[in-house]
Amino acid sequence: MPEAIEQRVMKAIAATAHAPIEQVTPETTFEELGMTSLDALALIADLEEEFRIEIPNEDALSLRDVRQAVACVRALLPEASGPEARPS
Amino acid sequence: MSAPRRVVITGMGAVTALGRNVAEFWDALAAGRSGIRPLETVDRSRLRFENGAEVRGYDPAGHFSDKELDLLDRFAQFGLVAAREAVKDAGVEWTRDLRERTCVVTGSCLGGKISEDEAFGGFYAEGRRAHPLAIPRAMSNAAASHISMEFGILGPTYNVSTACASATHAIGQAFALVRSGAAELALTGGCEAPFALGHLKKWEALRVVAPDTCRPFSKDRRGMILGEGGAMLVLEPLDAALARGARVHAEVVGFGMSADAHHVTQPLAEGAARAVAAALRDADVRPEQVGYVNAHGTATAANDPAETEALRLVFREHAARLAVSSTKSMHGHALGAAGAIEAVATALALREKLLPPTANYSEPDPACDLDYIPNEARAAEVGYAVSNSFAFGGLNGVLVLKRWDS
Repeated sequence: MPEAIEQRVMKAIAATAHAPIEQVTPETTFEELGMTSLDALALIADLEEEFRIEIPNEDALSLRDVRQAVACVRALLPEASGPEARPS
Repeated sequence: MSAPRRVVITGMGAVTALGRNVAEFWDALAAGRSGIRPLETVDRSRLRFENGAEVRGYDPAGHFSDKELDLLDRFAQFGLVAAREAVKDAGVEWTRDLRERTCVVTGSCLGGKISEDEAFGGFYAEGRRAHPLAIPRAMSNAAASHISMEFGILGPTYNVSTACASATHAIGQAFALVRSGAAELALTGGCEAPFALGHLKKWEALRVVAPDTCRPFSKDRRGMILGEGGAMLVLEPLDAALARGARVHAEVVGFGMSADAHHVTQPLAEGAARAVAAALRDADVRPEQVGYVNAHGTATAANDPAETEALRLVFREHAARLAVSSTKSMHGHALGAAGAIEAVATALALREKLLPPTANYSEPDPACDLDYIPNEARAAEVGYAVSNSFAFGGLNGVLVLKRWDS
């Protein structure tokens, strides 16, 4: 069973924020995790690597919470790979 | 210690996206013509942004022998080409004594990134050994060293690296050396050549480079556009310049510096304002005497409102009457060389009594509400002008220049 996109995004956020994964829920904001704008840039780069996607500047700079990050990744994943599939 | 001396600019050189010399540079600035175009020297298909301000029609072989080019990264070539033009323009007559009392202070924050990129790429991708001269080519002081060797300059020679404020800090240091009497002549400015693919990928990741063009202070601005080039000034005491009948382009009257102590990439208006205020104090100039500001004006979301606020803090009610432009809209952001390119632009604006515009300006931004000289140069006799440089890391440098009336 492939890991859900949401879980993978939350793991990446926890790693960037140096926060325990239990602190990260879909409702958590970057600010609550103490993430700065530079931390957000680092997260965007990690998400691009993890999901093999390219996040445009406008989307990248507007992300403020976990839900937005998950939605951003979902929107950019190719349809053919299925919404929950892990790209090889 | 004797009284501080007056310091004037008697020579200028520039190689930029706007031309291979000062005359071509000024023609483009006066016409509001931008040198920002699709990049030609790197593989654009591997980048997410397309445009830059590259020096066009520049053939290294027209300036240097093959043997010399073995030792010169593109950034140092730009420094030397600009220094040659500046020395020729000033009509410097070298003597042993003058050589010993001349200083070279350059600004470059990157050093030879193109040479480094070749060395790293060759090694990691293909296991090739590095060029034996990769180290001396890439060192940030290479331009300063080659300039001293070319002209036989024997006095204080060094490079300043403070990101986007490098050249302004360098010119300020050279100004101080000549003003105090520690040097009789200065060759100072900056040079930079950032168009190496590996280096550009780092800018891409920082997400501050515009996908279109550079629109400083305009509401639809989308970021900075990188530029390359070099600019150099010859500074000397006013008395010496007059005694030898040299042409004076402008006078350097003040220099100020500050640190934001705030954030590594986000600017702080109060920090920038302290540097501008320090420069005006150093020049003994009141805010209302200043008619033109050559802004740092990178066209990033963060810089332009912060710089606007900084100018309001210093100039108060006079801010409404101040003419401000960012010539980066035309020559791009040449990082460590930017302050030198803009010092030349500022000196020319005073001398020619014409203020270069902010090109590509299309839409007023409520957060940037000064007079930015949109798109068309403006005839104006300005007595004093300010040139701002605010670096990543919160390091600020500001020069004050005065029009020279012979």
